[in-house]
Amino acid sequence: MKFGLAGNPNSGKTTLFNSLTGSTAHVGNWPGVTVDKREGTYKYSDEKINIVDLPGIYSLSPYSPEEIVSRNFILDEAPDCIINVVDATNLERNLYLTTQLLEIDIPVVIALNMIDVIKQRGDILNAEDLERTFGVPVVEISALKSDGLRELIKVSVEAAKTKRVGTSVLSESKIATMVEEVTNKLQAENIASPLFHAVKLIENDEFEINAHHEVAVLAKSLKEKMPEDEFEGDYEGIIADARYRFITKYFRKTIAKKDNSNYTKSDKIDKVMTHKLWSIPIFIVIMFVVFHIVFSEDLLFLNALFGLEIKNPGLINFLTGMGYEGILEENEEGMAAALGGIPSLGVFLQSWMGYLTGLLIDLFAGFMPEGTWYTGLICDGILTGLDAIFSFIPQILLLFLFIAILEDSGYMARVAFIMDRAFRKFGLSGKAFIPLLMGFGCSVPAMMATKALEDEKERDLTIRLSPFFSCGAKAPIWAMLAVVVAGSMMGDIFVFSIYLIGIALAIVSATFIKLFSKDKEMPPFIMELPEYHLPQFKSLMLRLWDKFKHFVQKASTIIAASIIVIWFLSNFDWAFWRGMVDITESMLADLGKVLQYIFYPLGFAQGADGWKYSVATITGLIAKEEVVATLANLGITEDTMALSNAAIYSFAIYNLITLPCFAAVSTAKSESSKKGFIVTIIWWLIASYVAAFIIYRLGILLEISIIDGLLGIFVVVAICILLGAIVSLNKKQRA
Amino acid sequence: MLKTLKEFKVAEKGIVKKITAEGKFKRKLYDMGVTPGADIELIKFAPLGDPLEINIRGYKLTLRKSEAEQIIMEVIK
Repeated sequence: MKFGLAGNPNSGKTTLFNSLTGSTAHVGNWPGVTVDKREGTYKYSDEKINIVDLPGIYSLSPYSPEEIVSRNFILDEAPDCIINVVDATNLERNLYLTTQLLEIDIPVVIALNMIDVIKQRGDILNAEDLERTFGVPVVEISALKSDGLRELIKVSVEAAKTKRVGTSVLSESKIATMVEEVTNKLQAENIASPLFHAVKLIENDEFEINAHHEVAVLAKSLKEKMPEDEFEGDYEGIIADARYRFITKYFRKTIAKKDNSNYTKSDKIDKVMTHKLWSIPIFIVIMFVVFHIVFSEDLLFLNALFGLEIKNPGLINFLTGMGYEGILEENEEGMAAALGGIPSLGVFLQSWMGYLTGLLIDLFAGFMPEGTWYTGLICDGILTGLDAIFSFIPQILLLFLFIAILEDSGYMARVAFIMDRAFRKFGLSGKAFIPLLMGFGCSVPAMMATKALEDEKERDLTIRLSPFFSCGAKAPIWAMLAVVVAGSMMGDIFVFSIYLIGIALAIVSATFIKLFSKDKEMPPFIMELPEYHLPQFKSLMLRLWDKFKHFVQKASTIIAASIIVIWFLSNFDWAFWRGMVDITESMLADLGKVLQYIFYPLGFAQGADGWKYSVATITGLIAKEEVVATLANLGITEDTMALSNAAIYSFAIYNLITLPCFAAVSTAKSESSKKGFIVTIIWWLIASYVAAFIIYRLGILLEISIIDGLLGIFVVVAICILLGAIVSLNKKQRA
Repeated sequence: MLKTLKEFKVAEKGIVKKITAEGKFKRKLYDMGVTPGADIELIKFAPLGDPLEINIRGYKLTLRKSEAEQIIMEVIK
């Protein structure tokens, strides 16, 4: 048996799904779109019931991918029963979808969720009323407390054994006869669920008109006979109005509220969170706490503020993933080894992950013969490459966990509400803010977070821009370059300017893309602000586990394969059958010498060492901090780097904007649309080249007369001017 | 008195009279319960002055001023 779960977003549908299916659930994609498809099984007296969680939708209209996949699933795959999850605290709007589901010739059971909240409030809801009005079984449940689930399945299994013919609330409306006539015509043509299709035809639904051309003509002629009304022939309006009219008519009798004030606990929280003055500071604090827990090496600034140093070797080992010896080496001058502050959870987990993968590499290196190509492949190629990626997993997952908490609690919608105004100019909505901000941590969870954006184009654009927000793995590159740039006097300004230039380039990119996109219309922002509630531990862990599985799967296939290719290129020359060579004689070195010509206008590839920088931009695809490792491997360190400041800027910006690491590229691929992904790749390649070129040229111009260290500020000013020009151009075009 | 939802003040209440929007956006409004006859109360504006938050059919909905402009309301005194 196969059941489909349908319901509004925030109706508790996913909680119900998790409670029913538990560990049997797995997540895939609906064909052709980046909408999650969750499936699992529930065991009911020896029978395995397959349960499909449909995306949260408000209607079965044909406009969003979520609505289309839900509709196609119900009509084409004909589940044995649809369980319609209805949030009892928000009955009126939830029942709107119900009235549409009922029109399909499939058994429907209404799961009246959050009935416990209704009782707690002292309100009374008459479920029998609902059952009588709609003519389908209604089961009271609490998905959160797992109450009534067995009863729900029992009733659904019974319902699935019956045959049900669709019913419509429109039979009480003025278009009742029209609906009936169109339905009869479709029925005569042996179309399944004729009532559903008839209503959609009357709504002028494009899919339906193309599929049933003749009947559409009949519908049109029937409409012409109708008297004029205030809707002026807008049948989508007439039908939506009739549905809500029906619901309000019966709804008023069904629910009796104890007190009429609509002021809930959620409203009290909201008053603070979206306050005119406090909302933005609160947001900054929340984000700061998130980043602090994931990335800080000095938790609560205990060392910076109070000089807390940890000197106990055992404790240091515990906090740093057995890193005591490493710290000891840095303190050769006889000082006692000490750790400055307590590492945050993210850093702590990262250290231990590094320790564990290090152990694994040692283990393999221990029993494999030294110096052979296959030892090199496994230890230096695959394991070392994966080590670079796996060490990020704890921080990726932690960041994602925080995103999930913000989303599930209802706060994410408020952030979109607060920030929307600021983002609209660039063709984005406030919903893009959190994913972009997460880019400063790691692009992988940032791109995963774009799932909350409904509009496909906006999602593609947000993914495209997220690597411009300099991630944690890029920081070692800036740190190395900062030492070289103007003798470290202005190192901090240099790093700061790289971050700023990244943001500026994201803005310029978004403005550019908006300027040249054919479809100038913004997607509608209209969005529900759900009640605040505590995120549920189980559903958070299930989401996290799913992301983890997905990431490991990617890392062990496509990412590992890419690493092997780069390892191969950097350890063999063109006569690879003769054995391994030094990287300076490898194919990669030759490739670097070819790329040197392409990168020549960007400055950093000029001179005898130019090919080394070109090679580093390629190995940076494994993980961005590999840029530093590769340069060191090729003999370029802070002391031997001989680039001009302009070339350093150019190199930094190129690495910031170009293709991110393989992990981010593969995440971008699974989260974007097909076309969007191709545009994104091209955009990263071209934008990085153009930006680095402009910065290099600007740099040489400025370098003649201005103190080297101040260069960064001037580049930023230049970018701001460019940005201003584009924004005003954009305004003019609109006017 | 008729005016668009955009011109509403905080805590002002009204009934939807007519939707002047078109296409996808109009349908989205209908699906979210913004149909002629529905009661709306303006709860607040976002800190930057736009978008706005309304109470409709017992839940909270946010939309931009440019979108609220396409909803014609009759004010309830």
